[in-house]
Amino acid sequence: MDYTYTILILLLPFLSFLVLGLAGKWLSHRTAGLFGTSVLGIVTAMSYYTAFTYFTADRINDVFPTLVPYNFTWLPFFDGNLHFDLGIMLDPISVMMLIVISTVSLMVHIYSFGYMHGERGFQRYYAYLSLFTMSMLGLVVATNIFQMYMFWELVGVCSYLLIGFYYHLKPAVAASKKAFIVTRFADLGFLIGILIYGYYTGSFSFDFTNTAVYLNGAQPGVEEGFSKAIAGAGFILPTALFLMFIGGAGKSAMFPLHIWLPDAMEGPTPVSALIHAATMVVAGVFQVARMFPLWIQYAPETLHVVAWIGAFTAFYAAAVACAQSDIKRVLAFSTISQIAFMMVALGVCLPENGFTDNHASLGYMASMFHLFTHAMFKATLFLCAGCIIHAVHSNEMAYMGGMRKYMPITHITFLIACLAISGIPPFSGFFSKDEILVAAFEYSAVMGWIMAGIAGMTAFYMFRLYYGIFWGTENKEYHEKHVPHESPAVMTVPLIILTIITLTVGWCLPGSFGSYISATGTPYHIHLNWEVAGTSIAIALCAIVLATWMYARSTQPVADKLQATLPQLHKWAYHRFYLDEVYQFVTHRIIFAYVSRPIAWFDRHIIDGFFNFLAWGTHTLSYNIRTFQSGRIQQYALVFLWGVIVLLIILLIP
Amino acid sequence: MNFLSLFVLIPLLMLAGLWLAKGQKGVRAVMVAGSSMLLALSIALTVQFIADRTGGQTAEMLYTANFVWFEPLNIHYSVGVDGISVAMLLLSGVIVFTGTFVSWDMCKEYFLWFTLLSMGVFGFFISVDMFMMFMFYEIALIPMYLLIGVWGSGKKEYSAMKLTLMLMGASAFLMLGIFGIFYGAGGNTMNIIDIANHTGGAQAISLSQQCIWFPLTFVGFGVLGAMFPFHTWSPDGHASAPTAVSMLHAGVLMKLGGYGCFRIAIYLLPEAANELSWIFLILTGTGVVYGALSACVQTDLKYLNAYSSVSHCGMVLFAILMLTTTASTGAILQMLSHGLMTALFFAVIGMIYHRAHTRDIRELNGLMRIIPFLSVSFAIAGLANLGLPGLSGFVAEMTIFVGSFQNADTFHRVLTIMATTSIVVAAVYILRMIGKILYGENTNAEHAKLHDAHWEERLAVIVLIFCIAGIGLAPSWLSHLIEGSVTPVIENVKTVGHLISQSNPFQ
Repeated sequence: MDYTYTILILLLPFLSFLVLGLAGKWLSHRTAGLFGTSVLGIVTAMSYYTAFTYFTADRINDVFPTLVPYNFTWLPFFDGNLHFDLGIMLDPISVMMLIVISTVSLMVHIYSFGYMHGERGFQRYYAYLSLFTMSMLGLVVATNIFQMYMFWELVGVCSYLLIGFYYHLKPAVAASKKAFIVTRFADLGFLIGILIYGYYTGSFSFDFTNTAVYLNGAQPGVEEGFSKAIAGAGFILPTALFLMFIGGAGKSAMFPLHIWLPDAMEGPTPVSALIHAATMVVAGVFQVARMFPLWIQYAPETLHVVAWIGAFTAFYAAAVACAQSDIKRVLAFSTISQIAFMMVALGVCLPENGFTDNHASLGYMASMFHLFTHAMFKATLFLCAGCIIHAVHSNEMAYMGGMRKYMPITHITFLIACLAISGIPPFSGFFSKDEILVAAFEYSAVMGWIMAGIAGMTAFYMFRLYYGIFWGTENKEYHEKHVPHESPAVMTVPLIILTIITLTVGWCLPGSFGSYISATGTPYHIHLNWEVAGTSIAIALCAIVLATWMYARSTQPVADKLQATLPQLHKWAYHRFYLDEVYQFVTHRIIFAYVSRPIAWFDRHIIDGFFNFLAWGTHTLSYNIRTFQSGRIQQYALVFLWGVIVLLIILLIP
Repeated sequence: MNFLSLFVLIPLLMLAGLWLAKGQKGVRAVMVAGSSMLLALSIALTVQFIADRTGGQTAEMLYTANFVWFEPLNIHYSVGVDGISVAMLLLSGVIVFTGTFVSWDMCKEYFLWFTLLSMGVFGFFISVDMFMMFMFYEIALIPMYLLIGVWGSGKKEYSAMKLTLMLMGASAFLMLGIFGIFYGAGGNTMNIIDIANHTGGAQAISLSQQCIWFPLTFVGFGVLGAMFPFHTWSPDGHASAPTAVSMLHAGVLMKLGGYGCFRIAIYLLPEAANELSWIFLILTGTGVVYGALSACVQTDLKYLNAYSSVSHCGMVLFAILMLTTTASTGAILQMLSHGLMTALFFAVIGMIYHRAHTRDIRELNGLMRIIPFLSVSFAIAGLANLGLPGLSGFVAEMTIFVGSFQNADTFHRVLTIMATTSIVVAAVYILRMIGKILYGENTNAEHAKLHDAHWEERLAVIVLIFCIAGIGLAPSWLSHLIEGSVTPVIENVKTVGHLISQSNPFQ
C-alpha cells in the first residue's frame, strides 16, 4: 500500500494557514470559514481513508506494521550520528490519533462557523485552527522524539494564540501567557530528557530496535557505544524518560503543572473543545505511550511514579470540580481528572511480564481507548457548553437552570456525554473506563479502589453540572430578559455526530478496540470483567442518584446545608486549594522581586558602575595632573629648585 | 582583481556617489542601488560557493587573493571566504539592505557614516590576514560613535562615548593579542590559515604563550560580542542609537565578536582554548542566564531587547567554547538567527518609537488594533526570539544544545542545563512585553490614530521575516555550508587534546 499521499495531511492545513493568515484580510468571513473547513474536510477524508486501508491491510507476524512513508534529515547534527528528521510514521496509535484529531477538528471547524459568527478576527481564528491542526497531526505522526518536540512547541504556541484570541480582554491575555510559560517550563524537562536520551542512545528515532541493541551493549567494536550503554542501562534512561514525562505532565496538566488549564478556558469555547479537551492536552499521554516500550523495559520503577502522580491528579481535580460554578471550569477540571485516568492506566502496566504480554500491559490499551472515547464525549460536552454560553451569554451556573426547555438537542447530547463520562453502559466511556479500572485492580487493590472512587466522584460532579444547567433553580428573571434559544443547525449537527460516535464506539467496532491497539500489537480481545464493571456501575449509579437527590430539584437544601456546615472546605476547593496564589507568589515575588530586580540593579550599578568609575577615574586623574604642565616658567623653576634641594640633601646626608 | 574585493569597493563607490549626490532623492538612489548590489553580490557569492563546494573545491578558503601591503611586518592584503564568512556576508548584505530602507528619511552625512560602517563590516568578513581584519574592525567602530552621538536619542553623547571607549579598550587587548600571535608564530606571517596550519613560515606557538594571548584575543572580541561582564555598553548604546544603527550594530557588528573569537582565538590558539575555555564558559554561561533575567524587569523596549541580545550573544560564545562541531555550527547559526531577529526587533521598535514617541512598555498598550502590521511583525520577532519552531531561533538553539551535550563531563553538563533555562526566561520576558504593548485596550488617546507602516518600512520588515522563516523552515543547506568550515577549526582543537584542562578546578 502506498501511503505517500499522507504528506498532504500535513501540508494542506499548513497551506490553509498561510492563505488565511496572509490573505485573510481580503477574504470575507464566509469564504475564509468555508475555505478552512473544506480543507479540513479533505484532511479528515484522507485520515479516514488512511485508517481504513491501514487497519484492513494484512498483519505481519500478527502485528500491524509500522510504516514510514516519509523521512528526511531536516537538520543535521554532526557529532554522534545524530540528526533531526522530519517524517511521517504510521502505526496503530498514530493512525488512531489521526482519526481523533481530524474528527474533532472538523467538528470544531463546522461548529465555529456558527459560534464565532460575526466575531472580529474570524479569518485569524480559522488560520490559527488550521495551524493547530497541522501541528497536532505533525506531533502524532512524528518519526522521532525531536520532531515530536518541535510540533509540541508549535501546538503550545497555537494554544497561546487561541487562548489569547480575545486579546483586548485582560484575563485572556494573562491566561494565554500563563499557559505558555507553564508548559514551556515543563518543556525544559522534555528538552533535557531528549538531549540525554539522544546522547546515550545515539538516536532520536522511535525505532527502538536499534536503541535496545545499543543499550544492551550488543554492538561489538564500538567502545564508546559500550561505555555509553553501561551508563544508559542504569539510571540514565529512567532519568531521561522521567524528564520527558515532566514535559508531558505540563501539556497534559498533571499536578502540580495543571494550573494553566482552567485559566485556558478564557479562549473561545470551540477552542477549549479542540485543544484543551480532546487533542493537545492528551499529547503528554501520547508521548508516554510512544516511549512505552522503553518505559516498560528500562524504567519500570519510574512507571509507579507516573501512576501515583496520575492518581493524585485525578483525585485533586475531581475534588475541585465538585465546587466550581463556572461550567467551563468544571469541564476543565474534569478533563484534568480524565487525562490523569489515562496516565494512571499507563502507569499501572505490570512490567514483570515485560512487553510481551497483552494482559499485563492492559493499561496501555485502556489508556489509548480512553483517550479516544474521552476526546469524543469531552468535545461534545464542551461544544454543548458553547451552545449554552452562546444562549445565555455567561459561563456561570447562576444564570442557567431549567435550560432543558429551551435547548432540547443540547440537553440530550449533554446528557449522553455525561452518562458516557460517568461510565454507564452502553456508552463509550463505560468500556474504556472499565478497562482502566481492571488494569488498576490488577496493579493493586488500593489503586483500584481509589480509581473506582474517583470514577464515582466524576459521575457526581458531572451530574451536579448537568442538573445545575438543565434542571435546578432556573434564573427566570434573567431568562425573561434574554430568552435562551437552541443553537442553529451548524452548531447542533457536530454535537449529534460526536454523540453518535460516543453511543456506538464501545460496542459497534468490528472486533473491539483491543484488536487494533494493544501493547504488543497482537489483537487483544476485550472481555468485560463483570466483577469490576458491576462495582463501577454501582458506584456511578449511586453517585448519580446522590447528585439527583441534591441538585435536581428547584431548590437544593442539602447542598446549601453542606456548604454551610463546611464553609472552609468549599472555599478551599472553590479557590483550587490556592495553588495559583502559590505560583503567583513564587513567580512575581521571588523571581521578579528577588532575582530579576537585584540582577538588573547589580548590572546598572555595580558592573556598569565599575566602568563608569574607570572613566571617571581616568578623567579625574588627568584633570589633576594636567596642572603639572602649566607652561609657566616660574613654576618649572620652582619645581627644579626643590628638586635640586632634595637631591642635594640625599647626596649630602650619608 | 579578485571579486571579493567588490564588497569593499562598492561601499567606496557608494561613498563617492553620496558625496556627489544632490538632494534626498539622489542620496536614496545611491543607497538603494549600492545596498541592492551588495545584497545581490552576497547572494551570488553564496550560490557560487555552494556550487564550488559541491563541485569538489576543498580548499579551506576559496577565491583567495594576496598582495603584499606592508613588507616589514609581513602585512598582506589577503582575502578569501569559507562557509562561515559566506554566511556572515549574506547576513550583512541583508541587514545593510534593510537598514537602508529603515533609515529612509535620514540625511546625507548619516548615510556616509552608515556606508563606511558597512564597508568595515564587509571588509572584516573577507579578510584572511589578521592585521587587515583588525583594521576593518577599527573602521567599523569609529562611525558608530558619530552615528550614535549625532543622530541618536536620549543620553546619546554619554552612550556613544561609553560604547566607543569600551570597544576601543577591547581593541587594545585585541591588538596585543594579535601581535602576540604574530610573533609567537615566528613573525613571518599574519595569514590566519598559515598560522593555523604552520605553513608559510609560521611555527607552533608554545602553550605558555598561547595562554597569554588567548584571554587577550577572546576578551578583545568578546567585548564586542557582549560577553558578560563587559556587556554594559550594549544596553545604553542600543537604546541611544538610531534605528538602523541599532539594527546594524546588533545584527552585524556584534557578530564580529563571535566570528573573531572563533576565527582567531579558537583557531589559532587551540591548546589555550582547551586549557582556558572553562573560565570563559562560566562567564558566558552566566551571561546567558543573567541577560535573560535582567530582561525580565526592563521597561524600555530597547533595553529589553539589548539584554535579550546579551543572553543570545552569550549563547554564541558559550557554544563556541563547547569546542564541538555541532555546537560551533549552532553558534554560527545563532549569529545569523540573532542578527536577523534582533534587526527585525530593533527595526519595529524604532518604527513604533517614531510614531508613539515612547518606548516605555508601561505607556504603550493595545497597539494590535491600531498598527496591525507592525504589531504582527513585532510578535513574529518575539516568537523567533523565544525559539518558536519554524523560525530561525529554534534551529540555532537546538543545534547548540545538542552540540553542547556532546561533552559528557559534569562541568559542561551543568553549564549546558543552566543555559537551557534561558529559553524559559525568554518566554517570560517576550510574552510579558507582547502582552503589555500589543494586547489589551489602548488607553492613550494620542496613540489611537497612529498610522501603520509605509511601503519602505514594510519592505524592510518583510525581507527580514522572510529570511527568518527561510532559515527556520529549511536549515539544512545552511547548516552544511557552515559545518564544512567549522570542522577544520574543531579538528585543530581536537588534535591537541579535547577539553583537557589542568587548570579547571571543576573537572
